[in-house]
Amino acid sequence: MLTNQEFRVKVGLAEMLKGGVIMDVTNAEQARIAQEAGACAVMALERVPSDIRRDGGVARMAPISKIREIMKEVSIPVMAKARIGHFMEARILESLGVDFIDESEVLTPADEEHHIAKRDFKVPFVCGARNLGEALRRIAEGAAMIRTKGEAGSGNIVEAVRHMRTIIKEMKQLTVLGKEELVHEAKKLQAPLELVEYCAQHGKLPVPNFSAGGIATPADAALVMQLGAQAVFVGSGIFKSNDPEMRARAVVKAATYYNDPQKLLEASEELGIGMPGLDISKIAEGELMQTRGW
Amino acid sequence: MKPIVGILALQGDFDAHAAAVNAAGGNAVEVRNSAELQVVDALIIPGGESTTMLKLIGIENLTEPLAIFGKTKPIFGTCAGAILLAKEVTHPVQFSFNLMDITVERNAYGRQVDSTIAQLSGGDLKGPLAGLELEAVFIRAPIIRRTGTPVKVLATYNGDPVLVQQGLHMAATFHPELASFNPVHKLFIEGLKPSASKAS
Repeated sequence: MLTNQEFRVKVGLAEMLKGGVIMDVTNAEQARIAQEAGACAVMALERVPSDIRRDGGVARMAPISKIREIMKEVSIPVMAKARIGHFMEARILESLGVDFIDESEVLTPADEEHHIAKRDFKVPFVCGARNLGEALRRIAEGAAMIRTKGEAGSGNIVEAVRHMRTIIKEMKQLTVLGKEELVHEAKKLQAPLELVEYCAQHGKLPVPNFSAGGIATPADAALVMQLGAQAVFVGSGIFKSNDPEMRARAVVKAATYYNDPQKLLEASEELGIGMPGLDISKIAEGELMQTRGW
Repeated sequence: MKPIVGILALQGDFDAHAAAVNAAGGNAVEVRNSAELQVVDALIIPGGESTTMLKLIGIENLTEPLAIFGKTKPIFGTCAGAILLAKEVTHPVQFSFNLMDITVERNAYGRQVDSTIAQLSGGDLKGPLAGLELEAVFIRAPIIRRTGTPVKVLATYNGDPVLVQQGLHMAATFHPELASFNPVHKLFIEGLKPSASKAS
């Protein structure tokens, strides 16, 4: 599966996004600002996660007219979200010609047992994960990119950190195991042996591993990059701050210079006020987005 | 001595290029500022988003150091990198370094669903690549719409030039760094060795 040509073309686009920032946008104007600030892609959605959290109700795929308007506005790749398991939203987005689909826990799940069978699509998919087993199940279904789930719309990096550390640690542990032990690990991880063996051999996922869910500052972006993320998604963090343009530029700079404290200091100066943050323990369990999907 | 090949690591698939350079007999180092640029023998500008790279090149004052570097040292650009090396860029029009006499149209094949892997052989490959085989991975690729007289075409796909050379520099619209067999990095790195000057 990993050497299949169609799959390699999908992973190829994910490779191109490394070292970059993918920004949530809800209209053409925001998409233009994101591109102008140096975003490597934009994610088209109807409401940013913090608004979804505030308003409640059912969150669905963005209106087609909005996505089309964003695709017309920018030359960088445009992603859009489909609900977990909603393969017909995904088919519609594929027909529209979006460059990547995020099968996302930020939207209200359409199926509580099944994720989309993503190998059947020509368009690549990104999916969220909290641990290695979840990441490998999504890759087995055809995801060409993994991102941490974090806790979207919280402005709190703690969950993204937990998920990235967990995935990286679980991969490191595989690298010291023997063949028969990997079979047992595959059973525990509920993931295909082929993918478990790949991680054991290479110490990394067979697809790019990005971070999302709570990144609000340049320092947050640099932190998850240090922990092993190869690029970052910023949702509410940009357009819920009081100066989106400046913050967008600052996070872009941080994703490139995550290893250079002087540049990170420059990026962090004169940032203004960030989005308000939420204490995860104050979010009712039923309102957590990261527990959607399995 | 292995040539030191810098990979411009502002954004894009720079780690895939580093692996390809090391496999082809070079010594890859990441370049993110002008001090790091000064110590490399050659530079690769990887695939990624050309608008993002241009933004960071501007903010970090790398425009002049890169232009000066390109006057005396070899640069190989793939996809977004080829766009940055061109004389002229269309769809949309944007700044480029004018190091190769080519006109490049961005995203010319369409969107991601139009991305593909092509096997090039026979009449597609010319000069030093003649007789070889090449796997060309196109990801939201640009098309070289015009080549000036000093530009040598080393590979074509459906009649369009996809790998070109002018003096020290090379540009590819595809991604040799993602190919399962890849003679292109070897060609670039062989060209950096002192003995190669008589061959060109």
